Amino acid sequence: MSILVNKNTRVICQGITGSGGGAFHTRGCLDYGTKMVGGTSPGKGGTKDANGLPVFDTVDQAVRATGADATMIFVPPLFAADAICEAAAAGIKLIVAITEGIPVLDMVKAKKFLADFGTSVKLVGPNCPGVITPGECKIGIMPGYIHTPAQKGKKSVGIVSRSGTLTYEAVWQTTELGWSQSTCVGIGGDPVKGMDFIDVLELFQADPLTDAIVMIGEIGGAAEEAAAAYIKKAVTKPVVGFIAGRTAPPGKRMGHAGAIISGGEGTAESKIAAMRQAGIRVADSPADIGKCLHETTGG
Amino acid sequence: MKIHEYQARDLLAKAGIPVPAARVVETAQEAEKAFEENGFPLQVVKAQVFAGGRGKAGFVKLVKSAAEARAAAEFMLTHRMVSVQTGPEGIAVNKILIAGAVDIAHEYYLGFVLDRDRSTVSMIASAEGGVEIETVAHERPAAIIKEPLHPLAGMQGFQARRTALALGFTGKQANTVADILLKLSRFFIDYDCSIAEINPLVLTKDGKILAIDAKVNFDDNALFRHPDVLALKDDAETDALEIRAAAANLNYIKLDGDIACLVNGAGLAMATMDVIQLHGGKPANFLDVGGGVKAEGAIEAFRIILSDKKVRGILVNIFGGIARCDLIAEALIQAGREVGFQVPVVVRLEGTNVEAARKILAASQGDLPTLQVAGDLNDAAKKIVSATR
Repeated sequence: MSILVNKNTRVICQGITGSGGGAFHTRGCLDYGTKMVGGTSPGKGGTKDANGLPVFDTVDQAVRATGADATMIFVPPLFAADAICEAAAAGIKLIVAITEGIPVLDMVKAKKFLADFGTSVKLVGPNCPGVITPGECKIGIMPGYIHTPAQKGKKSVGIVSRSGTLTYEAVWQTTELGWSQSTCVGIGGDPVKGMDFIDVLELFQADPLTDAIVMIGEIGGAAEEAAAAYIKKAVTKPVVGFIAGRTAPPGKRMGHAGAIISGGEGTAESKIAAMRQAGIRVADSPADIGKCLHETTGG
Repeated sequence: MKIHEYQARDLLAKAGIPVPAARVVETAQEAEKAFEENGFPLQVVKAQVFAGGRGKAGFVKLVKSAAEARAAAEFMLTHRMVSVQTGPEGIAVNKILIAGAVDIAHEYYLGFVLDRDRSTVSMIASAEGGVEIETVAHERPAAIIKEPLHPLAGMQGFQARRTALALGFTGKQANTVADILLKLSRFFIDYDCSIAEINPLVLTKDGKILAIDAKVNFDDNALFRHPDVLALKDDAETDALEIRAAAANLNYIKLDGDIACLVNGAGLAMATMDVIQLHGGKPANFLDVGGGVKAEGAIEAFRIILSDKKVRGILVNIFGGIARCDLIAEALIQAGREVGFQVPVVVRLEGTNVEAARKILAASQGDLPTLQVAGDLNDAAKKIVSATR
C-alpha cells in the first residue's frame, strides 16, 4: 500500500497547454507510468496536448470523459486558486497544486471553499513538487528515477517535506542506503496550504507499508512544533527530521513565501527543540538524513 | 513589500482612518513651511527610512517652532542615520515626515496579520500600545485581544464592537474605534496586505482618536493586481546586488559571511548555508537559482556573488532533478571561463546525469585550477571551509 496515490490513480493536468510547464511535466509523469488521462485549458476544449492527451474546457468535462480522480495544477498564479476550487467542485479527490506565487488571500478563500467538501477532497501544495508513490504514480515535477519502489526485503520510508530539493536529497540518501519509499509528499513552501505535516503523518502512521517517516521542515510558522506534539501523542513509527534555516536572518523571506522568521517566531531552534523533545531524531546536517534514519531504525 | 510610514499614513487616511495633519518634505526649507501649515504648537519630525532605531539615532525629534523643524530636518538630510539595524556605514535620509504632535491620554495597538495556524487573517489589538506588540504578546499574553476573520465574510461589526469595548472604550469612542477596525480590516483585504497595523492608536486628552504611526506590508505574490502599490516601492535601502539578482530572476539575499553559495531550490539553499556554519564557516549569501537554471543564469549568479568583496570561497550545491547535472557542469565551466574564479570553488553535484557531469568537471581542471569536486554535502562544506581558512 501507500498513501494518497497508487497505480489506479487517474490524473488530469489543469493548465496542460500553458507556459507553466503543464505539457512538459505531464510527459514526465507519463514516462514514469502515471495514468495521465487528459488535461484542461479553457478555450482549447476538443484539441490534444503535445502528448496527444485530450484537452477539455472544464474539469467537470474532463472528469466525466476520463474518470479522473486526481489533478496536477500548473495554472498561472492569478487563476490557480480558481483552478483548485474548480477541481473540488468537479469531484476530484486529490488536488496537487504545483503553481508558485499564488496570492495568499486567494489561498485563504480557496481553503475555506474546500472545507465544504470535508476530508473527501485533499489538497497538496501549492508551491510544491507534488506526490509520488514510487513505481506506481508520480504527480508533480520530482525526478522519478531517484526513488525506489517498495519491494520485499527493503524497508519503506514515507517522506513529508516543505522543500522540493531537500525531499530529493532525502530520497536519494535513503535509496543509496537500500531503502524504498512508500510515498513522498511535498506539502509546499507557502504559508497557507492544503495538507500540513499532521495530515500526512496521520496517513503514514495508518499505512501498513510505511515502516518509518522522514519529516523535513524549515523556518516560518509553527507547523513543525504542532507536528512534534502530534507525533509524541499519536505516531508510533520511528520519525527522523531535518529543519532548514538555522542561519537564516530574521525578517527575510528565504525563497519560499512561508520561510520567514517574524516577531521572533518560526525559528529553526524552536522547531528542532520541539521535535527533539518529542523524541524525534533531528539531523544536524542535511547530508545525514538517511544515516539518521538508518541508525534510528537499526538499519 | 514594505512601504514608508508616510505612504502608509496616506493610504490609511484614504481608507477613512483619522490621522493628524502631516506633510512630507525633502528640504529644510520645506520643513519650515510644513510646520507652519500643519498649525500645531508641538510637532514631530521623523526621518522616512525602513531601518528601525530612528529614535535612539536622533532621527525622530519633537519641535516647537518652524526654526526648530528646519534645524531638525537640516540635520537629518545631511547626516547618515546609523542604528543597530543599518550597520556602521548608515543610510541616507531623503524624505522627512512632519506631523502634529498630540497630547496623549492613552496608547493602543490595532493590527491585522496573516494567521498561518488558522489559514485566515486575524485581528490583534491591545490596550498596551506604543511598544513592540511581540513583546507584549510574549510578556503579558492576557493583554492581547485576538479575533480571527471569516475567510470569506471578513470582519463583522460585532467583532469590531466587542474589541473596542474590550480595549476599554465606551459610548461614541467605542463606535469610532470599531469603525477604524472595520476600515483597517477592509484595507488589509482590498490591498492584499501581509501586515497592516496602527501603533499607536491614541486617545488624546481632548478625547480624539487618531492613528499616529502605521506599518503596512504587502503580499509580494499579489502585487501584480495592485499597480498603485507597486508604484510606492522604494529600493533605496535594498542591497544593490539583491536588486540585480531580482532582475535576473535569481533569489538572492546578501548575508555577512565570506563563503558564498549557489544552490538550486530554496530549502536546499537554506540547508547549504546551515551546513557551512555547521562546519565552522559563515555563509555570505542565500542563493536559489531555481530548478531550470541555464548557463546564462548561472553566469550572472557567479558575477553577483563574486561582486561581494567579502567572498573568499564559493560552494556550489546542485541536486539535479529536472535540471541535468551535465548541463550545470557545463554552465559552471563557461561561467568560470567568463568570470574567472580567483577564489576556491567547491562543487557538489548529485542526481540526473551526475557521472557525465563529473567527467566534464574533471576534464576542465586545467582551466579552472581553484575548482574542487566534493562527494557529499558534508565533504563539500569541509572542503570549502578549509580552503578559505
